[in-house]
Parts: sequence; C-alpha cells; structure tokens
Amino acid sequence: MSTLSLTSAFTLLLKRDMTLAYRRRAELVNPLLFFVLVTAMFPLGIGNDPKLIEAVGPGVIWVAALLAALLSLDAMFRSDYDDGSLEQFMLSAHPVSILVLAKVLAHWLVTGLPLFIAAPLLAVLLNIPGDAIPTLMLTLILGTPVLSLIGSVGVALTVGLRRGGVILSLLILPLYVPVLIFATDAVKTAIVGIPTTAQLSILSAMLVGSLVLAPLATAASLRISLS
Amino acid sequence: MIVRFFHQMGSPRYFYGVAGKLIPWFMVSFLITLVVGLYYGLFVAPPDYQQGESYRIMYIHVPAAWMSMFIYVVMAVSGLISLVWRIKMTEVIVISSATVGASFTFLALATGSLWGKPMWGTWWVWDARLTSELLLLFLYLGIIALHSAIEDKRVAARAVSILALVGVVNIPIIHYSVEWWNTLHQPASITKFGKPSMDMSMLIPLLTMAISFKLYYGAVVLMRARAEIVERERNSRWVQDLVEQEAK
Repeated sequence: MSTLSLTSAFTLLLKRDMTLAYRRRAELVNPLLFFVLVTAMFPLGIGNDPKLIEAVGPGVIWVAALLAALLSLDAMFRSDYDDGSLEQFMLSAHPVSILVLAKVLAHWLVTGLPLFIAAPLLAVLLNIPGDAIPTLMLTLILGTPVLSLIGSVGVALTVGLRRGGVILSLLILPLYVPVLIFATDAVKTAIVGIPTTAQLSILSAMLVGSLVLAPLATAASLRISLS
Repeated sequence: MIVRFFHQMGSPRYFYGVAGKLIPWFMVSFLITLVVGLYYGLFVAPPDYQQGESYRIMYIHVPAAWMSMFIYVVMAVSGLISLVWRIKMTEVIVISSATVGASFTFLALATGSLWGKPMWGTWWVWDARLTSELLLLFLYLGIIALHSAIEDKRVAARAVSILALVGVVNIPIIHYSVEWWNTLHQPASITKFGKPSMDMSMLIPLLTMAISFKLYYGAVVLMRARAEIVERERNSRWVQDLVEQEAK
C-alpha cells in the first residue's frame, strides 16, 4: 500500500471506474437519453413557434443538463458504498479528497462529456444559431464538471440513506443556480453576437473554485456518512 | 475562566439548566420590544409619502428577512464549531435553528408578496432579492430534510453542519449571480425605498422590531435546543431524574 504513489492511486481508481462504466454500457446511455428526451419535450409543451423556441433554447438545454446530471449523480458512490469499497478508500493512506476527485472525474467522463457531445444536435433542434453553438459547448465543458463536483458533496451526504434521491435534488439544485444563470446567459449573449468573455471567465472561476473546495467537502461528508 | 465557561456550556446538562433560566428573560424582553416596536411602527410612525399605510408591513418583513440571513450565518458558524471541536451543544444549535430560520424566510417571502400585490401589482416578480430569498428557503428546507432523513442524530447534525457550510460559501455566489442575471434581463422598473433616506421616526421602530425578532429567535432556539437535548440524552441518569421530578 505504501509503495503506491498518489498519482498511480488516482489513475488506478480512474481506470477502475471507467472499466466499471464500460462494462455497464447500457446504463451509460440513460442520462444521455434523458437529456435528449427532456429537451425534446419542451417544444412539444410550449408550441412550435421558432422564435419562442430559440428564445428558451439555451435555458432548456441547460435545465435538461442539470436534471440529467442530477439523475446520474446517485450512482457516483452507490455501488462502492454497497460493496464496501468506499470504506477501503477511507482507510487508504492517500488523502480521500484526491481519490474523490478521481471518482468525480470518472463520473464526469461518462455523464458530462456525452452531454457535451450531444449538445450541438440539440442546439440545432432548438433553433440556436450556428454562431452560438461553440459558446454553448464551451459553457457545457466548463459547467458540467462544476455540476459533478458540487453534486458529489450532496451524494456523499445522502449515500447512506435509503431514499436519498429526492433529498439529493433538494440539496443540490439551489447550489446549481449560479452555473445555470451564467451558462445560459453566455449562450443568449452569444446569440445576440456580443462577446461572452465575462460569463465564461466566471464559469471558469466556478470550475476552479469547486475543483479545489468540493473534494474536501465531499471527503468530509463521506467520512460522516460512513461513521 | 473562559475555557471553563465553554467547557461547562458544552455539557448538555449544564446547558439545559442555563437555557431554562434564560428563556423567560428572552421571552419577556421579546414581548416588551414587540409591543413597543409594533405600537410605534403601526401607530406612531408617519405614513409614507408614496406608499401610504401599506409600507407598515415592512416592520415585519424587513426584520424577518434580516433574521433569515442572520440565522443561516449562526448555523454555519455553529456548524463549523461542531465539526472542528465536536461540541455537542453547537450541533444542537445548528438543527434547532433550521426550522426557525426557514419560518422567518417564509415569513419574509409571504409578507413581501402581500406588500408586492398593492405596490407592484403582482404577487411575485423574479427580482434579485426575491429570488435569492427563495433559494435561501430551499437551502433551509434541504437542511431540514437531510436532518430528518438520517436516523442517528449525531451523524445527522454533522452532515447538516457540512451542508450549512457549503451553503454559506454559496450564498454570496448565488446572491450576486441572481443580481447580475436580473440586472441584465430586467431593468429596475421598481424603485425600492432606500434605507439611508428613511426617517428616524420610521427607523427606530424598525430597529426595535429587529431586536425583538432576535430575542424571539433566542427564546425559541433555546426551547428547541432543550427539547433536542432531552431527546438525545434520554438514556442518561439526569434526564431520567428530571422526568421523574416532573411526573411528581
């Protein structure tokens, strides 16, 4: 155990989680399908006026991304909690926050990244002009990791609970508000054709901030949940 | 001396006794300031030159909104203390405050909405302050839900403490992002009355009401804390003695 360096522990854990995810490919598609379906429901609900759809498009995509992230969050620590490997991580010689970071990264790679790839398609469906699509993708690549990071704190707090899902959404959604606001605002600004540096800078700041702080809070929460 | 004081306050039994002695004081001073504040606010203070009499709901609304934020900060600070020093009593304070805080937040939203109907012509606008107050209510509700979902109350208190801390880091971010979002999308069509321009005859009742609400919070949080202590320590000797005494 002591011979294992922190870097290799990190990569091992990441590899393990990615392998596990790859073995359950069918489950991987679910958040993505959910994302596409929720987005497709909105035009059906609000009518097919192209102007209206364009106006709500960025918001719809981001709210759907938020919900998809929320849906997939519960799986982040669930199986590790059930089979006891989470306790082994706690007992390891390495800082839990770094191991948590590996798990969050793995989670983002299998849930956040597909949303990023699917987004251009949905943007076309929602009449978002082509010029704004790169901005939409930028907000997604900056914003979805924040969702996973903040979400990991909530999951860590609720992992021991039998009906954690509903509580999880109550805990996490208010904290997602800043990401939602700045991301959708960036896309709307880009549609009008104004530079979006300010919004993207703030999103980057959120990413950096949560990258530093969230794993610490998650590690502390996991210790409490497992006590 | 100070160390000894904190050590004693950390003991549930001692805290229970002290809180029991303090509650009547809080209650009496709350009632006095409430009566004085309401009297001066509702009868003595002059009507507003623009809003007439309906501005008087401010004497409930503004202190409630202040309390909603104050209590969250109290929760976060006691949460930090209970996580770092494992003091049982601050854990009790965290969770005893949550319901009171949520009630004040709801009160602020409800009175604001009642005021908004005649003044703005609508119950609700997605104004920056309103939205962040609503999100604050959700944060409170999340804390209450998490606490009730975890069966072991000591574990629950620590989980809630972390959540309160995460929330307190986020509240400024949420507040400013909402403000920014609002100023970009909706011009300030509603002019709020600025606080510095308020007349002393209106300001003093307002501050009295603010003190009154704080005293109320002090009384209620101590009551709830006592109830929580008795429930937690129900297997200990002194609580059983207490119950026997009460039964006589």
